[in-house]
Amino acid sequence: MQGDEACAEGAIVAGCRVFAGYPITPSTEIAERLAIRLPQVGGVFIQMEDELSSIALIIGASYAGAKAMTATSGPGMSLFMENIGLAFMTETPIVIVNVMRGGPSTGQPTRASQGDVMQAKWGSHGDYEIIALSPFSVQEMFDLTIEAFNLAEKFRTPVVLLADEIVGHMREKVVIKLPEEVEIVNRKKPLSKESFLPFKPDEDLVPPMACFGEGFKIHVTGLTHDFSGFPSSVDPGVHWKLVKRLCDKIRLNSEKIIKIDERFMEDAEIIVVAYGAPARSSLRAVRIAREKGLKVGLCRLITLWPFPQRKFLEYAKHAKAFIVVEMNYGQIVREVERCVQGKPVFFLPKMGGDPHTPNEILNLIYEVNEDEF
Amino acid sequence: MRWEVRISGLGGQGILLAGYILGKASAIFDNKNVVQTESYGPEARGSRSKTDIIISDDDIDYPYITSNNVLIALSQDAYNYYKDHVCENGIIIVDEDLVKIEELPRKNVRIYKVPATRIATTIGRRIVANIVILGALCALTSIVSYSALEKAILDSVPKGSEEVNLKALREGYNYGMKLLAESGGFQT
Repeated sequence: MQGDEACAEGAIVAGCRVFAGYPITPSTEIAERLAIRLPQVGGVFIQMEDELSSIALIIGASYAGAKAMTATSGPGMSLFMENIGLAFMTETPIVIVNVMRGGPSTGQPTRASQGDVMQAKWGSHGDYEIIALSPFSVQEMFDLTIEAFNLAEKFRTPVVLLADEIVGHMREKVVIKLPEEVEIVNRKKPLSKESFLPFKPDEDLVPPMACFGEGFKIHVTGLTHDFSGFPSSVDPGVHWKLVKRLCDKIRLNSEKIIKIDERFMEDAEIIVVAYGAPARSSLRAVRIAREKGLKVGLCRLITLWPFPQRKFLEYAKHAKAFIVVEMNYGQIVREVERCVQGKPVFFLPKMGGDPHTPNEILNLIYEVNEDEF
Repeated sequence: MRWEVRISGLGGQGILLAGYILGKASAIFDNKNVVQTESYGPEARGSRSKTDIIISDDDIDYPYITSNNVLIALSQDAYNYYKDHVCENGIIIVDEDLVKIEELPRKNVRIYKVPATRIATTIGRRIVANIVILGALCALTSIVSYSALEKAILDSVPKGSEEVNLKALREGYNYGMKLLAESGGFQT
């Protein structure tokens, strides 16, 4: 099964019942599959006139009580940005899939890239936090789509599945789990209509979510609002409290959100950092290096945002050097540099669509291994 | 064992479908680990089309070709372009009516010539040449089992075309066995 198709199947298992999107290579197969699958499970598939309306529709659908998703690539992601802010501000659980292709602009439709990593984090205006996950196999396209829905529902926030064209288009064996075989998280519901305040958080900073038509009085706005949901956009205290809480519900829970796949890390002196398709080249390179007796490990980031900074602080205590492998001209490498306390960080960029070959990574490992630190 | 198979030709020859069927046969019915990737031009027909299938008993990290064991070339352009990527002692299978072997690969490679399109035409459907070549591949190598290919074909081809496709597989397999006997060689 293709990665994009596995993503669609993951969405179905997670409980997604609304998809709105505008087709774009290399994400179109997600829409194609869901156009067939959603009606079979009583869901709704809508092809919209553009990306602006696609994300607007799924925000509305989520507020109507459905788990909703859209999928796109870089150019569509740029158009999503305004409404990603709206979803964050209105605490709307939605899942956005970005199967990354070469940018900027329309760039390389059929080729892979990891150029939208910083865009996912910083693309919309104002202070916000995003959750972004990076699959490196077809199986993970399935598994992490479910995870994305669970995180969105748990924290009432938009979650981005940041895949790349390679993982989206390759075919691999995938185990489709049944809904009863996986953990499915559904949004918290308010218990009582008495003195109900739609944006009053519980201790975990997440307010229970009342949806339209359930009999609660709710007002939803992108303007700064208090617990009542009505605008209060002049009072500095209200704004501070709201945006701080929205960010903190992700920042303070980051340890619960973050997932890392560590290979050969026990005694690693050189740590290769990679995610998505290049992590597969990196894994091969690290395996070969280990066979030659080099103390090299792989830290594969499954969660890109929030960035696992505490983990890297720990790594920095033992590791001698870091090698960051990504299919762009320098994005996650900046996060690594920020977190490793001045330890040397080497960067292996790649643009154009081909992933790094294991040899390219291996050569840098050898070079770094020769260096004296 | 890690097999790296490349199937290449022109858009319209069923290159990607052949790769899909081989991948499905190996992954689902032979229970191997498989990664299939593909590349093709924006044109629907006539541009260079290629799919790479990695088949392994172990988990597959790097999903692309590093040491191409088997190349199937169904066009002159594909043969010329990919022949030197085949590894030492690898094999190339060509459609002999579509590919002239004017220049040999630089490495020591065994070349098998199968008149796939001609066989397919005899069966009555030119477009099953891709299945003929899969039959030959099955005979010439131990990559995939015949029964797995059969099941994958039945799972993948349009309704009503099952019989002609299975016949194509059988004819291709028989031709491959004949080539193997003639060359006195062993299955790769």
